[in-house]
Amino acid sequence: MNTELIGIIVTFGITLIIAIALGRYMAKMYAGEKVWTDFMKPVEKLLFRLGGINPSEHMNWKQFLKAMMTINILWLVYGFFLLIYQDKLPLNPDGNPGMTADLSFNTIISFVANCNLQDYSGETGASYFAQHFIFMFLHFTSAATGMACAIAVFKAFRDKTTTDLGSFWNYFVKSITRVLLPISVVIALILTFNGTPSSYAGKDKFISLQGDTVTLSRGPAAQMIAIKHLGTNGGGWFGANSAHPLENPNYLTNVVEIVSQFIIPVGMVIALGFFVRRKKLGLIIFGVMMTGVLMLMIPTIIGEVGGNPEIAKMGISQTTGSMEGKELRFGPAATAYWSTLTTVTSTGSVNGMHDSMMPLSGCWELLAMMINGFFGGDGVGFLNYYIYLIIAVFISGLMVGRTPEFMGHKVEAREVKIAAFITLLSPFLIKAGTALACYIFYTYPNADWAVKPSAWLNNPGFHGFSEMLYQFTSSNANNGSGFEGLADNNIFWNVSAGIVIFLGRFLPIIGPIAISGLLAQKKFIPESAGTLRTDTVTFGVMTFAVILILNALSYFPALALGPLAEYFSMLKH
Amino acid sequence: MKKYLVPSIRLTLVLIVLLCVIYPLFIAFTGKLAKGKGDGEAIIVYGKTVGYALVGQNFSKPQYFWGRPSAVAYNANGSGGSNKGPTNPDYLKDVEKRIDTLLKYHPYLKRSDIPADLVTASGSGLDPDISPEAAKIQVKRVAGFRKLDEQKVADLVNSHVEAPLLGFMGPAKVNVLKLNVALDELQKH
Repeated sequence: MNTELIGIIVTFGITLIIAIALGRYMAKMYAGEKVWTDFMKPVEKLLFRLGGINPSEHMNWKQFLKAMMTINILWLVYGFFLLIYQDKLPLNPDGNPGMTADLSFNTIISFVANCNLQDYSGETGASYFAQHFIFMFLHFTSAATGMACAIAVFKAFRDKTTTDLGSFWNYFVKSITRVLLPISVVIALILTFNGTPSSYAGKDKFISLQGDTVTLSRGPAAQMIAIKHLGTNGGGWFGANSAHPLENPNYLTNVVEIVSQFIIPVGMVIALGFFVRRKKLGLIIFGVMMTGVLMLMIPTIIGEVGGNPEIAKMGISQTTGSMEGKELRFGPAATAYWSTLTTVTSTGSVNGMHDSMMPLSGCWELLAMMINGFFGGDGVGFLNYYIYLIIAVFISGLMVGRTPEFMGHKVEAREVKIAAFITLLSPFLIKAGTALACYIFYTYPNADWAVKPSAWLNNPGFHGFSEMLYQFTSSNANNGSGFEGLADNNIFWNVSAGIVIFLGRFLPIIGPIAISGLLAQKKFIPESAGTLRTDTVTFGVMTFAVILILNALSYFPALALGPLAEYFSMLKH
Repeated sequence: MKKYLVPSIRLTLVLIVLLCVIYPLFIAFTGKLAKGKGDGEAIIVYGKTVGYALVGQNFSKPQYFWGRPSAVAYNANGSGGSNKGPTNPDYLKDVEKRIDTLLKYHPYLKRSDIPADLVTASGSGLDPDISPEAAKIQVKRVAGFRKLDEQKVADLVNSHVEAPLLGFMGPAKVNVLKLNVALDELQKH
């Protein structure tokens, strides 16, 4: 077996070991048991005191959501204005300009929502102040928001009958002090000792070996790249994201970055089993999700390692696989591996350009983001999966003629309505958005915007359609990766994607918390012979089938018009 | 919501101090111990910076080993890939042109000798590396232009092949800038 394949198998193994350990630790830590990071207690105490917060406050689901929304909206306002005026703020050694209002609108929603779609390019579009005080700040806080919301749902599962989901502030702060910050320090140090810049020095100018004048962008990137992966954020320091040699200098840093973006989403599912004290349930969910991930990943790796048939026709040797848009130090196998994990989670950072990958790889990337529940983003991935669970419980209940129950509570019309609404929201946002974009592209090709609609696409034909579909899919999934050929810094894409990101972030958080809050208030029904058990392999298969059917029904036509059509036209030639 | 606004503002302010001041400064300070002091590792020849070890630069002159094609012409102030789809006809023409150029400068090559990394653009446009095969096929041309012994140049390439991580993870590679700096050195002696 070649070294590229061994590389990704070892990486996968490392991920599992760390994620399982982290999951057990998180379960204990959030439950308030003794853990080795208790040395952070004084820091938390100080944060709570300065914040004027009582961390043991009881919150019902409405109060929990209000606290969460208040602080998130505050960040939106804070960032929106600072981005517009970043040129007048300190820490701008490269003299980058302030953002336009529509770009700032898109960017701030994107970062608050853990999406990190970037319509600007880091080198020329963001000051060091914006990168640290807005983007990196939100990398921490948006991930912690997602994790806090997941823990509230876990608590609703664990308690028999309760209105108390715990304090948002408590979970939120602990997610930062006990998980995100300590691990980020370790990752950032590994990165900086491997060559990623961490100092505040600005651009450097030099004459290259053959005599060209070169200007090199730098800056304190290591700090941000650590949390952008750990927090499943993905917004890069440089335009080329983690394909940039300063963001991701070598194979070791590539392993570190890809491991760090997967450990919390996987760890959360492990934590669920321990926290709720139903390890089997955690294990079944883990099994369903991992099966899904492997079903998306293996074909992607095979496709990329196989190379581009169009290039093979030219008689060129593609020993390692397709190389367009990829970096030599990672190779096609590790880039394919990364592309799957960055789309199943909500990270969306890239170490190679998705736009240039094989048509079917693009199809699997899109599908991963459409499903958005195979581990998913920090915390929110489980919330998305929870919606699928409720639908699966409801359908199973109908099939066997029993009242649907989950965790000892009856699932009734109100909860199912919320779940159905959230399920329908994604396809609506993605397809309506893409349809609108196609309509404008076709009807107003010369509209007087920063980029004319006729110049939006970087590729003709089916692939051009995929670029638009990808943008809305990535926005709705809060993923943030892109088919970057799309010229998206203009008022249409900034505003439309901004709205989709906002709705695609907050409604799928509000829905599951409302459902779990409503369920937890109900009378607890002990398990009996008549209970439909949710911690069995059968139910796991059922959930998997529900996920497949829902997504196939929602998205098959769109995928057929984009990547699938491109794939078949490639075969035809 | 009003009840939560004051704690939101206060918590945001203290978190900014922790996450945007203390954390990055700690890393920047510790990073001073790294190679290049956290500014990036520069390659200095006779007291002058000629580049950064990790950042690829343009080599088009025939006396140098060439790196990978770049969609941004090795602009280290604006990284990016071509973002061309695999079936895009314009893109395929570009690749065909690159093959022609390679064959013109290396008339001794067959098409099947050309590794894909030499005719496809990298993701960042700043890829510092090429595959060992890509370096080896250029030896004859470089040695010819510099009037150097071909074997000596081939040995130089071999000594610049960096093995996979721990010997078994990921691809082997050759850093083009380091190789070319060593090549200039070799000619001087």
